[in-house]
Amino acid sequence: MTTTHCPYCALQCAMHLDPGPTGELTVRPAEFPTNRGGLCRKGWTSTELLSSPQRLTRPLLRRNRTDDFTEVDWDTALDHVAERLTRLRAQRGPDAVAVFGSGALTNEKSYLLGKFARLALGTSQIDYNGRFCMSSAAAAGTRAFGLDRGMPFPLADLAGAEVVLLAGANPAETMPPMMGHLSAPRLIVVDPRHSATAAQALHNGGMHLAPRPGSDLALALGLLHAAHLEGLLDTTYIAERTTGFETAWRNAAAFWPQHTEHLTGVPAPQIRAAARMLAKARGAYVLTGRGTEQHAKGTDTVSAWINLALALGLPGRQGSGYGCITGQGNGQGGREHGQKADQLPGYRRIDDPTARAELARVWGVAERTLPGPGPSATELLDSLGEDTGPHAMLLLGANPVVSAPDATHVRDRMARLELLVVADFVMSESAAMADVVLPTAQWAEERGTMTNLEGRVLRRRAATPPPAGVRTDLEVINALATRLGQPDERFPTDPDTVLAEIGTATTGAPADYSGVSPTRLDSGEALHWPVAATGTPTPRLFLDSFAHPDGRARFVPVNHRPPAEDTTPEYPLLATTGRVMGHYQSGAQTRRVAELARAEPQAHVEMHPDTAARNGLVQGQWARVTSRRGSTTAQVRLHPQARLDTVFLPFHYDADQAANNLTNPALDPTSRMPEFKVSAVRVEPHHDERHS
Amino acid sequence: MNEPVRHLVVIGNGMVGARFAEEVARRDPHGQRVRLTIVGAEDEPAYNRVLLSGVITGAYTAEDIRLPQPDQPWITYRTGTAAQTIDTSTRSITLDDGTHLDYDELILATGARAAFPPITGVAAPDGTPAEGVTALRDMTDCHRVRALTRPGAPVVVLGGGVLGLEAARGLAERGARVSVVESSPWIMRRQIDQPAAQILADLYTAIGVTVHSWRVAARWVPGTGLELDDGRTLAGDALIVTAGVRANTELASNAGIAVEHGVLVDDTLTTSHPRVHAIGDCAQHPGGGTGLVQPGWEQAAALADLLTGTAPNARYRGARPVTRLKAEGIDLTALGEVDADATAETVTISDPYGGRYAKLSVREDRVAGAVLLGFPEAASTIAQLYDTATAVPSDRLALVQGRPQPEDSTTAQVETDPLVCRCNAVTRGGIEAAWLDGARTRETIAEATRATTGCGSCIRDVNALLSGWSNATPADVT
Repeated sequence: MTTTHCPYCALQCAMHLDPGPTGELTVRPAEFPTNRGGLCRKGWTSTELLSSPQRLTRPLLRRNRTDDFTEVDWDTALDHVAERLTRLRAQRGPDAVAVFGSGALTNEKSYLLGKFARLALGTSQIDYNGRFCMSSAAAAGTRAFGLDRGMPFPLADLAGAEVVLLAGANPAETMPPMMGHLSAPRLIVVDPRHSATAAQALHNGGMHLAPRPGSDLALALGLLHAAHLEGLLDTTYIAERTTGFETAWRNAAAFWPQHTEHLTGVPAPQIRAAARMLAKARGAYVLTGRGTEQHAKGTDTVSAWINLALALGLPGRQGSGYGCITGQGNGQGGREHGQKADQLPGYRRIDDPTARAELARVWGVAERTLPGPGPSATELLDSLGEDTGPHAMLLLGANPVVSAPDATHVRDRMARLELLVVADFVMSESAAMADVVLPTAQWAEERGTMTNLEGRVLRRRAATPPPAGVRTDLEVINALATRLGQPDERFPTDPDTVLAEIGTATTGAPADYSGVSPTRLDSGEALHWPVAATGTPTPRLFLDSFAHPDGRARFVPVNHRPPAEDTTPEYPLLATTGRVMGHYQSGAQTRRVAELARAEPQAHVEMHPDTAARNGLVQGQWARVTSRRGSTTAQVRLHPQARLDTVFLPFHYDADQAANNLTNPALDPTSRMPEFKVSAVRVEPHHDERHS
Repeated sequence: MNEPVRHLVVIGNGMVGARFAEEVARRDPHGQRVRLTIVGAEDEPAYNRVLLSGVITGAYTAEDIRLPQPDQPWITYRTGTAAQTIDTSTRSITLDDGTHLDYDELILATGARAAFPPITGVAAPDGTPAEGVTALRDMTDCHRVRALTRPGAPVVVLGGGVLGLEAARGLAERGARVSVVESSPWIMRRQIDQPAAQILADLYTAIGVTVHSWRVAARWVPGTGLELDDGRTLAGDALIVTAGVRANTELASNAGIAVEHGVLVDDTLTTSHPRVHAIGDCAQHPGGGTGLVQPGWEQAAALADLLTGTAPNARYRGARPVTRLKAEGIDLTALGEVDADATAETVTISDPYGGRYAKLSVREDRVAGAVLLGFPEAASTIAQLYDTATAVPSDRLALVQGRPQPEDSTTAQVETDPLVCRCNAVTRGGIEAAWLDGARTRETIAEATRATTGCGSCIRDVNALLSGWSNATPADVT
């Protein structure tokens, strides 16, 4: 038996893996503070992909995109990649090569991938799919508190609260075991959809506020206004622990309940009741999820939620707080260790001279050789094949052809690359476009650490060796780096060696991992970062002071503005996207698990029965949904409590069922987060032989 | 590339003038396109006039309702200074301190002032309010109202429109004994119909405010009260006049700019002079919308789009105003046509005992008008349907009642084997099968079926099934 953690989301449920009668691993949930012995169906079925016939086990190469792949040996594949990369860099400079990483990669891989980009490739062109997840919350958290750790408190603290507000989060669907922590508090769910979480909130005496998509920022300002109107602000806390309340209030002052109702569609009495429920609770938390963050104003929207939490005196106190619910398995660690365009390991900025000097010393290179900040994910993908953009890309753990906004456009850009190298364990839609596909090991086949949604570092353990012919990501990075002339010892293939280097590289940094060791992790110690080599872990941040130099949290003055596009007679509805229980992200993994694929085999579009009837649609019929960017098809699913102006589509499906064919690449000015959650669309019946 | 930026001068630092500054600052954060000068007659910084009735009750302080003021170096505030004349030929204005300001574009946001009806004793010939009389238009008025009204003392509100009724509610909250006098046949005559007004008046009576509709005031007697045309006198230490407003158009008309009730503007918010624009309560657009703040803010946004060059195609095409009464404990929304003609279908619910009234008129599947008293959930939905001109659902009664449409029998699944654990897709039959195979505890059921291991919300149901079966014989459960 091996005890490890689930390959999917940031809850990182603990599980026991036992070899079954035929040698294949089976799953049992394990007791752990985050999942408390629970698992969702994705976790239960997670080992199925280890022995899937769809598994890649040989490197694949084609010298011409129109040809089929040929199986080759590793040396042939790696030599080909190194030779092409060397030639491109000589011709066009180091920024001609891009790296695209993932919040699914372990801390060790995230770290080594960033180091590989900066040292072996010398490129500034590195970013990752976490830009599509966590960047708005991270930017807002940093500017408010001076530091971003998704939940700056242990998840289990939530169970002691009286009220938890969930803004744009649907954990009952996306991370069910988390709901175990939310059964005692009353919930205030903010979601345009009558989601599974909203239903549970109402069932347990909580509330559901359903704003028009794109108006969460107005609602958050309106709740702050209402709390002030009720005389429920924590003025002592505001005076002693924060700065900037006056200017933040000035903006919120224009969001009196009736005006907020006008902008959001949430009834004014509900706004006031929610403000009262939250403000009067003994112990309250405000949590944000992608629904409120994935907007072209996502950072300001999260700031508005944090302002509300600060005005009520929640953050930095035991038993209350603000947190964001990180989505991807290592969405937290993945944003700390340097695979982000503007970052160096330890959550330090790449344009910070001190951090550069420090990292250059640890890495044994001259500071001036480190590239500066590069473009963010959406901009990086958009520049592929441009004169000044990258002409080669190395892709690990991501499937942007399905997960990026305006997916058709992204596919076109990726097709213009001279060289696309994808490391994956299945033939994802992005891998299918590649010149070289490198088959890599899966979660249960290697060691490594992950940092979960509460900032706790966890150890994944190998339960089975990888299939013959498969290499780990660290081995792939090492093999490419050495072929590009790097010393072997600079890119270790042993995860524990890399972890030790992360400790050195992050000593004294905001995300200090220097006290994280395999021994401490194996002992079961709860290592929430920062954990200095000499010190204890930090389960709860900010109890004494916030991470700004003056020790205070900052209100950030933010204001509402309309979404990047609104409805028109041609596109009269708003589409919003999200996840369903049975699938994970781009679906590259879960669509290949038979039980999950059976449960949700195809894309669906959820809408009000009237919206369907008006557009000539009935339950189960195939609909075509069209935005200014493109169109997709999905099966109609009626929901009598849906908003009349909103349709919902899961984004787990590819090609002509890809919800991201619709989505808007308009970016947040601060976080560079695309506007996944609001697109103006129309719906109509879809007539196609394949579906009839 | 040091092109001089264009100079926009705004006259009026009220809700709409200040919002215009904000909208410009958002579109041109570094002042690369325009610089802005805002001229305001009042010394105080701009404040949110809509919330003045809340200042009366003490819900807000004067400081609370100050408006945000962008502080970019390219925005200049000239407060405490009134504009006296506009010279459109030299493109300059003269201020009352004798200085001049040149402009490239001039924006009039001069607002409106309270209109005092010609009633004996209310105002001196020069327009100054008499003793005990005040309007409720600005912060000074607000301070005066607070000074004139004491708990237990009688107060008369002249004018039963939105502002008068909000003030009456606020004064009642402060403990004043309030009478409202309205010369029209019913209160909120422009926004709601008579049956709604009757129920609304009853609600006011219940909170101690007496409403006298269709009564003309004859004379204000300081220290006594307001004499009505039927000979009665309503006791009042103070008279709050909320009987309408008059647009401040004098600057424009003296400059030869076309004016009717307000300064005439087209869809680009331009007056009869192409370099002069007007927004907010001083402006008169063919689409209407004067008197509420939302249309003024929409005008400010459209004009900012145009004058910063952000969206040269921006147009203001008239408002779809929604009136929302801000009165504690009373939820009233009115929008569109009050009495839609026969081309519309109308649903009406009248519940005088419950203090509720709803009327929804629909024409060609779109909301034509609505009055909703005591239906807050429906009101917000209907207001959005109206605002976005979205088609209304077929079940209009359900819409008005604010409840979801009942599930259509064709979409409802006939659940012969209901799902117990949604997270792991375990049905009652699946749990029963595990029980028959010997699983007798929640834990063993979980091992066998995975039920209860997801979100945990079915633990109660599974425990209930188990205890039910354990009291039955196995034969009963098959």
